[in-house]
Amino acid sequence: MNKWTRRAFITTGVAAGGVVVFGVAIRRGDRSGKVRELVAGDGDELFDVWLKIGPDNTITAIIPHADMGQGVHTSLAMMLADELDADWSQVRFEEAPAHKEFANYALAREYSMPGADFPAWLIDSVDGLFFRATQRMGLQITGGSTSVRTTGQIAMRVTGAATRTVLLQAAADEWQVPVSELSTQGGMIYHEASDRKASYAHFAPAAADLSMPDKPILKASDDFAIMGTSLARFDVPQKVNGSAKFGIDAKLPGMKYATVMAAPVFGGNVVSVDESSIQDMPGIRKVVNLDTAVAVVADGYWQARQALLSLAVEFSDGGNSGADQEQIFRRFGDDLDAAASAGDERKDRKSGNALAALDAADRIVEAEYRVPYLAHAAMEPMNCTAWIHDDQCELWLGTQNPLGFAQQVAKAIGMSQSQVILHNQYLGGGFGRRAFDDFAVQSARIAAEVPYPVKLVWSREEDMRHDHYRQASISRFKGGLDGSGNAVAWHNHYVNKHDPIEAPHIPYGIAAQRIVFTDSETHVPWGFWRSVDHSLHAFFTESFIDELAIAAGRDPYQYRRELLADSPRFRAVLDLAAERAGWGDELPDNVGRGIALHKSFGTIVAQVADVEITNGKPKARRIVCAVDPGYAIHPDNLAAQMESGIAYGLTAALYGDISISGGAVEQSNFHDYRMLRMNEAPAVETYIINGGGPLGGGGEPGTPPIAPAFTNAIFDATGIRIRELPVSQHELRLKDVEDVA
Amino acid sequence: MITLSINGESHAIDVDPSTPLLWVIRDYVGLTGTKFGCGVAQCGACTVHLNGKPIRSCVVPAVAAAGKQIITIEGVNGGKQGLHPVQQAWIDEQVPQCGYCQSGQVMAAAALLDKIPSPTDHDIDLAMSGIVCRCGTYPRIRKGIKRAAAVINALEPLETSNE
Ligand code: FES
Ligand code: FES
Repeated sequence: MNKWTRRAFITTGVAAGGVVVFGVAIRRGDRSGKVRELVAGDGDELFDVWLKIGPDNTITAIIPHADMGQGVHTSLAMMLADELDADWSQVRFEEAPAHKEFANYALAREYSMPGADFPAWLIDSVDGLFFRATQRMGLQITGGSTSVRTTGQIAMRVTGAATRTVLLQAAADEWQVPVSELSTQGGMIYHEASDRKASYAHFAPAAADLSMPDKPILKASDDFAIMGTSLARFDVPQKVNGSAKFGIDAKLPGMKYATVMAAPVFGGNVVSVDESSIQDMPGIRKVVNLDTAVAVVADGYWQARQALLSLAVEFSDGGNSGADQEQIFRRFGDDLDAAASAGDERKDRKSGNALAALDAADRIVEAEYRVPYLAHAAMEPMNCTAWIHDDQCELWLGTQNPLGFAQQVAKAIGMSQSQVILHNQYLGGGFGRRAFDDFAVQSARIAAEVPYPVKLVWSREEDMRHDHYRQASISRFKGGLDGSGNAVAWHNHYVNKHDPIEAPHIPYGIAAQRIVFTDSETHVPWGFWRSVDHSLHAFFTESFIDELAIAAGRDPYQYRRELLADSPRFRAVLDLAAERAGWGDELPDNVGRGIALHKSFGTIVAQVADVEITNGKPKARRIVCAVDPGYAIHPDNLAAQMESGIAYGLTAALYGDISISGGAVEQSNFHDYRMLRMNEAPAVETYIINGGGPLGGGGEPGTPPIAPAFTNAIFDATGIRIRELPVSQHELRLKDVEDVA
Repeated sequence: MITLSINGESHAIDVDPSTPLLWVIRDYVGLTGTKFGCGVAQCGACTVHLNGKPIRSCVVPAVAAAGKQIITIEGVNGGKQGLHPVQQAWIDEQVPQCGYCQSGQVMAAAALLDKIPSPTDHDIDLAMSGIVCRCGTYPRIRKGIKRAAAVINALEPLETSNE
């Protein structure tokens, strides 16, 4: 990835080599409430996007997001290029440097619409640092599935359209013709009447002197030429020949290697380190006490790792060594009981009078669901290379939040933020984990102790045991059915609300709803994990609606469908998935079929899972996925994200289980935190509806529905209702054992 | 000091011979296409070819590779300018997402097609289930292998039927 130096990108107009730079500052009008605090003092320029036009007519989009596999560089460049009427073969990208002018203000703003509270995950992140960082600097975060729908919609398209406008004006000026007689295509401007044409590069220097329009006219979707097509991604060729540079691949002259071990119990500290225990080991350079962790620096990673395993260290437990998984669930249950009997649950959403409707109901269905903690387990373990020299700290790593990282690193080593230069590399998986800066701060603190660059690499064991985890949770339901089985009341009480706020809400037209929660936080560090709260609530709500359908003696698809009379977009997505899956067709005796529907990050997804049970083991054979993201900018990429989200969610549903014992995580590597593998991966078919309206996200919405679609299918085959994940801990057997034996 | 042949080039390396091959390739030889994922033969990110067989380089001591032919992702195309058919198929099917596991996937797939030019789904499961992809690119990997197999078989019908 090419990087701009600070000097280059604050320059506008004609730069060295005849390159012309266009910058658009997007000014947002609505800055009410808490968001104002984020930007106070920063003036009006809230969101800048830049593009360069080279003398050879190459167009370079400067993109303020990291690529972690979601193809965002390509999708965003497509949005800019389409509005610009560029020739795609001449379009390039560069990732923006970590600088506040590339802040993803929209991410913060999105959560701050009227009626919505400030995003809980900004405030509640382990130490609040993340929130303070965003307050000071705005956001340049890759997360919340926002890249395409905010940066793309608001910034890339506007920049492309505004630049096209000034290029046209420059052509009109030079040729002395009205703009209305000009047309653009493939990076060229045409004046048909006089049979003249010239490239954008020709007009770019003059255009750079014109002022950019604030509100250029954007194309209607019928006029898209590049958006809506599946172009080859920029990043793929480097990822098949080993040349793509991830954080872990950084190489610097004289670089040494470090690895760390943190206090196993969260909240613990290093009490003592006996360096003499490793003094005879080869290649050891230094032992660094990082307060909560200890690091060994050596000539190679392997030497550092071997020494760390032999190092005599004593850790404290922060008073948390009594915590274990059963006790945590028991406390959740006790806190739910206490809040329910005292009537002091916290309100989430209410419509009608659910308590009265339950009293009046013909029948009440009750269920309690549980999910465990989950680790992200990105394929690339956490790592960061730091080099402190010449009064600055340079970092090489993959991060979802470069500005926040730079801020925290600066603070940890007593520098100003402008002294921290962050080189963002490809991310070997993010999923939310690489928005937490702990590993970067560690590497900078180690580098502060030595005169050479240091590459800190976490072992997989460290990565597994010191993640920021998807929360464990309990959710309780009561559903009321009338005499004909129609759902008339929905009551849901769960522990610990994070984000997004709408995650527990259902699309179904049940008149009386009461959704409440109770706080019961634990000492286990919380993190946003692909789709955040949606990952648990979709499992809860889509399992329970299935239970209501079964209790009513109705078909689970038809039951949902009838409750969506007022939600035509949801219904269309559900119908498409059911139709393509062949809902209602005969299935072999050992195969069950389940359906689930959930909207997250603005995208509606329905999935139908076909699950085969063999010797008590479930295997998802085929997943049919229908998705309405508003408009699919890059349909193949959206399909890839659905495939990915399904594999991620299915891994968690089947195996995902981080458990606490003695205050620490029990699991350590892929043998006890299992991953879905090729022989277990289902075939996935994705069908897209361009339903219109605001763009939804792509990276996360595929994940939430898969767990309930999978467990609903298991119920169909076995009659066993899975109310606690992961599935692998349950014994399964087919409904009619004799029939299939 | 040990001597290793990597992608046809000989490297004399001053390293403890018990160091796993993965770290010698990455930290001492400086070829970073081969990845670290788990260190305990559970994920396959570190897969390289040793005398043509796919191995987990994170658990093979460097000394065990001395005198043998080591091929990494950087050399899987035979040191030619172009791409191995598996690499080309990976581009055609747009297989990678984050890309971190893909060196291991490509190496495992290339070794599979060397041994079985027209693999069945079951062959693919057996050969590829050791290589974890956290991004879930499995359906595309499967398609990619079948596409590469078709290309290889069209190019080298004699060679493959002699196998
Ligand atoms: S790093 Fe070797 S198998 Fe995982
Ligand atoms: S592409 Fe990300 S782990 Fe496989």
